[in-house]
Amino acid sequence: MVAGQPSEVLCPCAPLADAHILPSLLVFHLSRKVTSVVPESCLLILLGLGLGGIVLAVAKKPKYQLEPNMFFLFLLPPIVLDSGYFMPSRLFFDNIGAILTYAVVGTLWNSFTTGTALWGLHQAGLMADPGVEAGLMDFLLFGSLISAVDPVAVLAVFEEVHVNETLFIIVFGESLLNDAVTVVLYKVFNSFVELGPAHIHATDYVKGVASFFLVSLGGTAVGLLFAFLLALITRFTKRVRIIEPLFVFLLAYVAYLAAEMVSLSAILAVTFCGICCKKYVEANISQKSRTTVKYTMKTLASSSETIIFMFLGMSAVDTSKWTWDTALVLGTLFFILLFRAVGVVLQTYVLNRFRLIPLDRIDQVVMSYGGLRGAVAFALVILLDEAKVKAKDYFVATTIVVVFFTVIVQGLTIKPLVTWLKVKRSDHHKPTLNEELHEHAFDHILAAVEDIVGHHGYHYWRDKWEQFDKKYLSQLLMRKSAYKLRDEIWDVYYKLNIRDAISFVDQGGHVLSAAKLALPSMPSRTSMSESSVTNLLRESGSGACLDLQVIDTVRSRRDKEDAAMHHVLRGSLYKPRRRYKASYSRHFISPDKQERQDKEIFRQNMKRRLETFKSTKHNVCSSKSKARLKEKGRKKEAGKEGIHPPYTPCVAAAPVLVTVSSDEEESDSSETEREDDEGIVFIARATDEVLQGKTTPGSLDVCPSPCIIPPSPTLAEKELPWKGDQADLAVYVSSETTKIVPVDMQKAWNQSISSLESIASPPGIETGAQHRRFARPMLEKQPQSASQATPEQISRFQFPSHISKSSRSKSDSSPEGVEQQELQPLMGTEEQGRGLPSAEHRRLAFSRASHI
Amino acid sequence: MCRMFQCYTEVNCDACRCLTDELFVVEHARTAILQPTREDFQRIPELAINPLGDRIINAFFPEGEDQVNFRGFMRTLAHFRPIEDNEKSKDQNGPEPLNSRSNKLHFAFRLYDLDKDDKISRDELLQVLRMMVGVNISDEQLGSIADRTIQEADQDGDCAISFAEFVKVLEKVDVEQKMSIRFLH
Repeated sequence: MVAGQPSEVLCPCAPLADAHILPSLLVFHLSRKVTSVVPESCLLILLGLGLGGIVLAVAKKPKYQLEPNMFFLFLLPPIVLDSGYFMPSRLFFDNIGAILTYAVVGTLWNSFTTGTALWGLHQAGLMADPGVEAGLMDFLLFGSLISAVDPVAVLAVFEEVHVNETLFIIVFGESLLNDAVTVVLYKVFNSFVELGPAHIHATDYVKGVASFFLVSLGGTAVGLLFAFLLALITRFTKRVRIIEPLFVFLLAYVAYLAAEMVSLSAILAVTFCGICCKKYVEANISQKSRTTVKYTMKTLASSSETIIFMFLGMSAVDTSKWTWDTALVLGTLFFILLFRAVGVVLQTYVLNRFRLIPLDRIDQVVMSYGGLRGAVAFALVILLDEAKVKAKDYFVATTIVVVFFTVIVQGLTIKPLVTWLKVKRSDHHKPTLNEELHEHAFDHILAAVEDIVGHHGYHYWRDKWEQFDKKYLSQLLMRKSAYKLRDEIWDVYYKLNIRDAISFVDQGGHVLSAAKLALPSMPSRTSMSESSVTNLLRESGSGACLDLQVIDTVRSRRDKEDAAMHHVLRGSLYKPRRRYKASYSRHFISPDKQERQDKEIFRQNMKRRLETFKSTKHNVCSSKSKARLKEKGRKKEAGKEGIHPPYTPCVAAAPVLVTVSSDEEESDSSETEREDDEGIVFIARATDEVLQGKTTPGSLDVCPSPCIIPPSPTLAEKELPWKGDQADLAVYVSSETTKIVPVDMQKAWNQSISSLESIASPPGIETGAQHRRFARPMLEKQPQSASQATPEQISRFQFPSHISKSSRSKSDSSPEGVEQQELQPLMGTEEQGRGLPSAEHRRLAFSRASHI
Repeated sequence: MCRMFQCYTEVNCDACRCLTDELFVVEHARTAILQPTREDFQRIPELAINPLGDRIINAFFPEGEDQVNFRGFMRTLAHFRPIEDNEKSKDQNGPEPLNSRSNKLHFAFRLYDLDKDDKISRDELLQVLRMMVGVNISDEQLGSIADRTIQEADQDGDCAISFAEFVKVLEKVDVEQKMSIRFLH
């Protein structure tokens, strides 16, 4: 791969080397024991050494080495892009001051001191080998290339160490941003060496300083420009989703090349391009493109990294390229460690005067020790011109030793060191909604306090920037739809819900796998099911899953059967399997209809199940009372044929419920089991368990479970899933439901389920003192009213005079019409405007008729 | 008390620069003749566009009062002073400094807790959420966020977040850093 030149004998060896890389990675990952101690980069270098040895033995001469052009043009950009794109931007900009200081001042300090000290060593005559012909400029040049901390090495080692984020971002940010300094210093000294010390004028120094600003700021500007372009382009790729990821890679790479072409800092360009475009790109591109970008980027970066370290190892075998000088090697090793440590301590001392949270000694030790050198230094030293830099071979040898030393020795020891020093590790925990919310609040508070004090600090500028971003940038660079939905709190909430839903399915949904769970791009579309996940969890806590499985084992097959039946019934809407036309387009991945349909159904199923589950948890009693009501209703119906189950004012429901005794419950549940066959489904098992588990012991004898007395709307809600089960699609609301819900409540119902819940159901009355205050009087009253009013009310709710009369006449004349009227608004909220197909009505009416 | 003085010297120049010009005639760092009122705060343009601006202004004013003296002002600001290393170790038994972690958290907590019952109820949370998120999020979505937030934090099942729960849920957050301002650079 890297062997660009045609080689006669060993052509097969290049693929051989490549073929070894990936399996070896695999092996490394498999053997956890090895990788937990030895960083992958070390292993790769050693492997490269081994491979290089084999090649050397076979070919009698070294063949492959890390070509600088290859490295800078192809291997480095993916790594830098990956690190820029996935850079935690908030953390990065929070610490930008420290990062810049270490990157600029630190690198300057390192290169000058190391260069000068080595020159001093040389002057003192300690370098025994007379071949080391080098003046001050040569040593400064060497110092500039050897002193820069290498992003590839740092990333490879620190990723496995898991130090706390601040420490990581400082070291890593430094390694990325010092590129500008390195490039400038390298170029300046290189030209100085070419000119010869005698011909350097003062203006050259000034030019050097000026070019530093040009290179760094120019590189950053190129990066920002391309980030802007990229964001703007992704705004308009709605119809060409398939090339969205391509744009991301292409433009980032173009940014790199453009900066490289005009000899600006290419690494800075890509880094800033990645950091800045991410927010807008992620908002614009589709979920699938996001996944593609993520994985492609990670894959590219890690394979580049692998190749780099492998070839570093292989290059070291090439003895013809380097000449050993002990004093130079040892001196360099000693000086880079020493000056790094000194530099870090000095800078930290200054920085801590300004930092909110000072960096303590342990941090400084890790920072000094974590200054790893790597492939950048190696590539730069290979690039040196032997004709001008006489001591190139010595420098190559030294660089190889330094790189090997830092990557292998420091890489191996940094983990024990971090453990031994008890460095604060990063704890990766999932973001919680509370943290997100309160941290936002903190930011606002701080910004406000800064405003009050009149102190234009960090938060002031952050606030300004965010407002600017919101007003102009986001509107310009984001799709309308994406912009509308963008809110960080909502994002976190959304992600959490997806996660919950996945775990929900994992635990209970064995019929429908989690893989099928749709991740809809529009959060609002699934808001209903989300709110139900929330409520579900809120009400049930962790115990939910156990019950869930019970329900699922009972229900899931049924669900599927029903769905299948439904397919047959509604062939016009949902096509059965295998009837899709295969279509092909290179530029569009046509959304698989089958897939979409499955998703849709699945989503509905999920929603329903959540509802179901919620209502069984929530309305334990109500199902009992419902069953009783049913019973009575039925008896009456037997007498009065053709009359629907009674319209029950919701007030009546609660008292009835209070009087239910435990043996009645038993009979009720058996009753419900029997009913199970008839189409009105009650979960007998689930309710029983829930009831026994959940009733509050204190008030057990007064009322089976007062804590979960269902307010009437949820009583209605309870019905939803069952009917839904039968009809699979839209018919969540049974005829009974609408009758039980009183008129005024129906209005609220119509608005939305969740708003209704918030109005009517005090969620989780169980323990809250506040709610108990409310609940007590009600509970005390209820038995009274129940004892007084029950017989009367029972008779009344069998024949609710004012409502039933009118509606009876209506329903007699046109039952469908009434139902439709009552159902329609509910359908609207439940199904996002999907109309209730007429087939459903008929089916509904039919099933009810048979039921009666 | 000495901590307060330390805070004075750290903050006063900046504080005066803003509130002074015509409001404050500061003769000495610790004495202020005029006392800024609520309106003076509300006149700060940036605060008008800060979603939590009014709440924060309220936090500066003692219960039922419409003016704040310099001491009170500083007392509130002292919450945001960074914790220094030497403070962490000493005086465990002494009175808790205003800039301790729990005091910082309590300041934030009070912004939520309007009715001062030491609990963030769902309504109170919803109000803050409404202020902080854009109009694009519907009430319904907001409601479910609030529910979820409370469910996440709620440990005793009272459907409200008490201060203990508030502290618990933020225990992994670096409050010392995120609620501190360096007033002098």
